[in-house]
Amino acid sequence: MPSSNAVRDLDQRFIPAAPAATAYAPPPTAVLPAWRRRSRWARLLAASRPLSRRPGFLLAALVVAFALLAAVAPGALSGFDPNATAPLAKLTAPNATHWFGTDELGRDLYTRVIHGASLSIQAALLAVGLALLGGLTLGVLSGFAGGRVDAVIMRVIDVLLALPGLLLALAIVTAIGFGTLPVALAVGVGIIPGFARTTRAEVLRVKTLPYVEAARLGGASWLQTLWRHILPNAWGPVAVLATLDFGAAILATAGLSFLGFGAAPPAPEWGTLIATGRHFLITAPWVALLPGVFVVAVVFSLNHLARTLEEIKR
Amino acid sequence: MNPLIEVHDLSIAYRHGPQQTQAVTDVSFSLMQGETLAIVGESGSGKTTIANAILGLLPDSAVVTAGRLSVAGQDLSQATERTKRQLRGRTIGLVPQDPMVSLNPTQRIGRQIAEALVLAKGARYKGVDADVSELLAQVGLDNPQLRARQYPHELSGGMRQRVLIAIALAGNPRLIIADEPTSALDVTVQRRILDHLEGLVRERGISLLIITHDLGVAADRADRVLVMKAGALVEHGTPHQVLANPRQPYTRALIAAAPAFAEHRAPRPAPASGQTPLLSLTAVNKHYRLPRMRGQAERFQALADVSFKVCAGQTLGIVGESGSGKSTALRIALGMEKADSGRVQFADQDVTDFGWRQFRPLRRRMQLVQQNPFAALDPRLSIFDSIVEPLVSFGLAKGAALDRAARELIERVHLPAHFLDRLPRELSGGQRQRVAIARALALQPDLVLLDEPVSALDVSVQRQILDLLDELQRELGIAYVIVSHDLAVIANVADDVLVMRQGRIVDQGPTAQLFDQPSNPYTRALLDAVPGKRQRALA
Repeated sequence: MPSSNAVRDLDQRFIPAAPAATAYAPPPTAVLPAWRRRSRWARLLAASRPLSRRPGFLLAALVVAFALLAAVAPGALSGFDPNATAPLAKLTAPNATHWFGTDELGRDLYTRVIHGASLSIQAALLAVGLALLGGLTLGVLSGFAGGRVDAVIMRVIDVLLALPGLLLALAIVTAIGFGTLPVALAVGVGIIPGFARTTRAEVLRVKTLPYVEAARLGGASWLQTLWRHILPNAWGPVAVLATLDFGAAILATAGLSFLGFGAAPPAPEWGTLIATGRHFLITAPWVALLPGVFVVAVVFSLNHLARTLEEIKR
Repeated sequence: MNPLIEVHDLSIAYRHGPQQTQAVTDVSFSLMQGETLAIVGESGSGKTTIANAILGLLPDSAVVTAGRLSVAGQDLSQATERTKRQLRGRTIGLVPQDPMVSLNPTQRIGRQIAEALVLAKGARYKGVDADVSELLAQVGLDNPQLRARQYPHELSGGMRQRVLIAIALAGNPRLIIADEPTSALDVTVQRRILDHLEGLVRERGISLLIITHDLGVAADRADRVLVMKAGALVEHGTPHQVLANPRQPYTRALIAAAPAFAEHRAPRPAPASGQTPLLSLTAVNKHYRLPRMRGQAERFQALADVSFKVCAGQTLGIVGESGSGKSTALRIALGMEKADSGRVQFADQDVTDFGWRQFRPLRRRMQLVQQNPFAALDPRLSIFDSIVEPLVSFGLAKGAALDRAARELIERVHLPAHFLDRLPRELSGGQRQRVAIARALALQPDLVLLDEPVSALDVSVQRQILDLLDELQRELGIAYVIVSHDLAVIANVADDVLVMRQGRIVDQGPTAQLFDQPSNPYTRALLDAVPGKRQRALA
């Protein structure tokens, strides 16, 4: 039983200290006030309090939350069917019933924007998740291992960096077809290099700090040190980058659809909505503009969140 | 004769939003031409704020709330930026605190001095190059023509400090303000630089204002000493008056805290001769390969034939200037570096060739306290997590037992238990060093290695940390190896002392013998360089 041995071992090691402790301190009942560890949540809550005083941050968070909700439960935000056509009410201007107006087939545009969120946001989330996973792994590996491993990984990353992201995404989508997963893959691979580079730089910086050395001397293995000290301290800039790239990934997904590599026509998607709307730009500008404004609002909010997080870090 | 600087009831506050923090309260003093004045105080006592006010370099958040401040007859509290600029350089020169970051790394030394000369004398002025060389020679740099063409990174800390003095002298000022001029330098270098500055100032009849936390430096160099505490002037007089009859308890505490004026540790009975030493290094050599450069050595001998041993419950002090190999010796003892040759033994075990895995069980008996308490704690971990980290790494305690262990440890180092919830940035330097010590004690080691444990701290805090170390040793019987460049610190805590220079041990022996009857010339030079010696001799 290794664990019970360890506990007994500790107790034995603390016994010699006990008499000495009573020698210099008043009775323990008086000295030890009721101290209990503060939970991680309590600390997180205290740290986020100043954020709630920034109206810009709150507004941005609200927009992003709305978009996320739309992606998860579009039915909750709109009572219409996104595919129900009504030829009589085609190209209606925005009014109280149809908040964003209707498109060329009389479908409610607001509902289509809401339903379009699921593909865009899911794809963007998956893309960033993929990039985070790949980028963090590559960055940590190359920052930690150094030497030849580092050189090889970084040259591959350099090659990826040299390719324009959208071009790479186009090539991948053409090769494997459209759908949430392929789009996510296509966009995600394009943003891996940024994550890998940032992570590597941070790992290299944190790796040499005295507290990492102290942890090693305290008996922690490299894996424990990585998990407890290096990753959490290297995480900050990477998290900011992830928020920023989330917006970029939404744009890239919409861009792919806009170019026609996207969802098949009846399915609502932000890029497709804008692409079809552009035919009516003069006669019914809202069909293209309002979905466009919505995408801009979401991406802009994400950028604002990223910038606020970056400021807080300093 | 009018005084060069006259400060009358000066109060300065810093504004943070609606709140005001008083940094300087009702301070009055004056400085005559040719006089040397020292302002002494701990960090946060307002001494640098005063220096900035004289230079007209207060940040925007600072406001002069009351009083008058005039330099060379001009009232500075109401002066425009234009007048202040004319005073800077030509009337007042500044020697900044940290020579490592105060020079522009992308410009040659000569250009940086020339810049100051041109600012003072106008751009059309002919003899710039000659004057640069002359200034460099004046501040005591050999081969001025070569130095003028070098970049800051090619010079040592002491040489850079001399360049900074040359820049301050360039405008031929009437006053030089030296803000902690030598706190980043070794004692012998510090002494040479201060000697030189003193000579220059005397020769040219310049006034000197020294800002320092070291009462020893102030007492040695100044005609008059001002002691500041929390923004107020608490003592004012000649060094002799201040040191011999301090009126304020604060000054008395500061004198007691200054290691130079403290007594060294009472000798303790030597360990029984038959006892095996806890840690012993035998004939250890270590060299580093240097990047290839023409005309320079390819290898650097960090340690040459170093042997020492530490017995249980004893303290060994290793003293030396930077680059003397003292930290390398610690790293080899800890198994963080491999020795080229020689043996390292820890309690009967030969650990010379141990890998990290083999060394791991020994970590429970040997721990390190690092030099810089500001970087030694993970900024994201609470104090609790930092302190118990070694226990968690070894899987020694969990849950309630861990809480109890943390509470015991934090009380051992005399910090309140509720500090466990704080983050390192909410603690002062001294408190952080206490936490680092608690972390080293978590595994109940027999030997603790301390690398410059107090060099980053104020003198009065240094005293408290040294007292804590002493108390822990008496109660727990831990052995220490303390590495420091400060002889006074070593004298206070060590039983035996090792003096190192350029990787070699030049002198060793019991503390009392080494400090009272130094036989080695290098040891004597080090001892003489400790600031505060002159006043000690007088008293």
